[in-house]
Amino acid sequence: MRFAKLALVVSLLLALVVPFATAQGGGEGLTIGFSQIGSESAWRTAFTDAVRAEAEARGINLLFSDAQQSQENQIAAIRAWLAQGDVDAIILAPVIATGWDDVLEEAQDAGVPVVIVDRNVDSDPSLYVTRVSSDFVHEGRLAAAWLVQATSGNCNVVELYGTVGSAAAEDRHAGFAEVLGLFSGMEIIRSETGDFVRSNGKQVMESFLSSEDPANICAVFAHNDDMAIGAIEAIKEAGLVPAVDILVVSVDAIPDIFDSMDAGETNATVELSPFMGGPAFDAVVAHLNGEELPKQISVGGGLYTSRAAYDADR
Amino acid sequence: MSLKENSVQPDASRWGLVRRGISSGGGSRLLWTVVALLVILLVNRAISPTFFDLRLVNDRLIGSTINILDNAAPFVLLAIGMTLVIATKGIDLSVGAVMAISAATAVMLIRNYEAGATEFYYQPGFVMLIALAVGAICGLWNGLLVAFFNLQPIIATLILMVAGRGVAQLITNGQSPTFTDETLAFIGRGVVFGVPFPVFLAIGVLIVVTLLVRRTALGLFIEAVGVNDRASYYTGLQASLIKLSVYMLSGVLAALAGLIVAGEVKSADPHTAGLYSELDAILAVVIGGTSLLGGRFYLAQSALGVLIIQALLVGLYVSSLHPTTNLVVKAIVVLAVLLLQSPEFRQFATQPFRRTT
Repeated sequence: MRFAKLALVVSLLLALVVPFATAQGGGEGLTIGFSQIGSESAWRTAFTDAVRAEAEARGINLLFSDAQQSQENQIAAIRAWLAQGDVDAIILAPVIATGWDDVLEEAQDAGVPVVIVDRNVDSDPSLYVTRVSSDFVHEGRLAAAWLVQATSGNCNVVELYGTVGSAAAEDRHAGFAEVLGLFSGMEIIRSETGDFVRSNGKQVMESFLSSEDPANICAVFAHNDDMAIGAIEAIKEAGLVPAVDILVVSVDAIPDIFDSMDAGETNATVELSPFMGGPAFDAVVAHLNGEELPKQISVGGGLYTSRAAYDADR
Repeated sequence: MSLKENSVQPDASRWGLVRRGISSGGGSRLLWTVVALLVILLVNRAISPTFFDLRLVNDRLIGSTINILDNAAPFVLLAIGMTLVIATKGIDLSVGAVMAISAATAVMLIRNYEAGATEFYYQPGFVMLIALAVGAICGLWNGLLVAFFNLQPIIATLILMVAGRGVAQLITNGQSPTFTDETLAFIGRGVVFGVPFPVFLAIGVLIVVTLLVRRTALGLFIEAVGVNDRASYYTGLQASLIKLSVYMLSGVLAALAGLIVAGEVKSADPHTAGLYSELDAILAVVIGGTSLLGGRFYLAQSALGVLIIQALLVGLYVSSLHPTTNLVVKAIVVLAVLLLQSPEFRQFATQPFRRTT
């Protein structure tokens, strides 16, 4: 009973505080658990850092848990937070899509809202508030649309595939191929996986340049910037000029790709935003205010052809 | 030809080195490994008519065969270290992580040099030496755990495999730093007589290590430790010291492979540099005919094993197969190569065509 009263007081206080907090970015004084997949890539670390910085700026007490690629660790962390009863909400970056029903139900029973970020879960949408993520299909479409425009719809493309089976790779390919399919002069003539890795991107591009007549390759589409940077090295070694002889378009918008654009060696990149913390916290605050939210909130996804354009958007 | 493994006689002639070092896998096993490589190359040629074409661009040879050699170089270094470790009945799962640590160390140091630091230890040559020394320390750690504290090699090196990538991330602050210094980059992307420098590096190390273990008794000692370390100890061998030194060599060669990968793209990615490369190195050693149970080892055949894997990969790159099929094709071809090498399987497969006497 005493606990129920306390909870009532706290939620009343929150109801008072939250509307004011919303006006300034929102969430001051909240305690939010953030279960992150791990730190397997520079992008992932940037994502974690961005969430932390956003929480600090808003005065949110962020409980961070690094799951080191293990779903068990993520579930254990969420259960620990629920057991302690000290979190107002949970942000979950799930390592895989399946197997979340039980723990999401437990969170719902405990009255703790969950916001999914980045990768998807296949649980019933009623079990979580919303999902904040990039739209990989959109990224692929946008890259293709730029390429179509730049080549007036006539281009033989080689594709550097990401890790086979990952949503980022499959969806970017799907979106890219979908738009290319609208133009009879556009064709993917080679597609091979470089596992999102810079040195693999270089090796695969070397193979393309060895086995194809380089004059027949009009552009390279890389599923991430790292592979594009590797491919640029291979293009230069083959005596060609990247971004001129072979157009270069990729996804991620990491800092290195803008250095490459400054050097005139990359044409365009589509942003994969690591800034999902802000929209996720906004969603938590809005939910605690009783607002209804769409089940999918997309972030990022702009296409940039220069550092200046990217900086102007920040 | 004879299929009997024991038909190879010891040979004291001046070709003894070659015979013992290269063909003592049982002549037939080596033959079938070479056959497998040739078949894969010919299939590649059938898929891509320009497969064996070479052209000269800016004093650099461009072509699929050069790509195979270039891609194989770091794995050959790993496979040399792995072969010796496996010969002592050990295994080194940490080589991929050591690659990442070495690459991270070198790139972080060279960035100081590029930022204008004048201390001698930031000079490119010293940076390479420091990276190799870091590899040696990693090997020393593995070796101490295995040889002196008697931990199971698979667990002892698993520790560094997992923790090492974290160490590399700590060194680079979780980022993937880049560099521009051409001296350090040369180790991964330099060109000598039109051929990538890593190719010369791998061949050079292969020759030096082969001479080291076959011209001296070291190779025999390593095999003796692998067959029975206690017995070799009672015959007066410093079994622990031998194990320690092979793990250290494996660490140094992994560090060298890490420098190649870093130089190739002028950056060090602590998350992905050398990821899963320990598995390909072990696979190459097995294809080469060295038993995971220790004992006899075959350095040149391990290098052939690497070439088989890389020829297969480049073949997949030049084929029009969808990337989703890569792993399945790789698994099937590797299985076929291993079956081809197995006398029991060849006997089984040819049974229906034999005359019964």
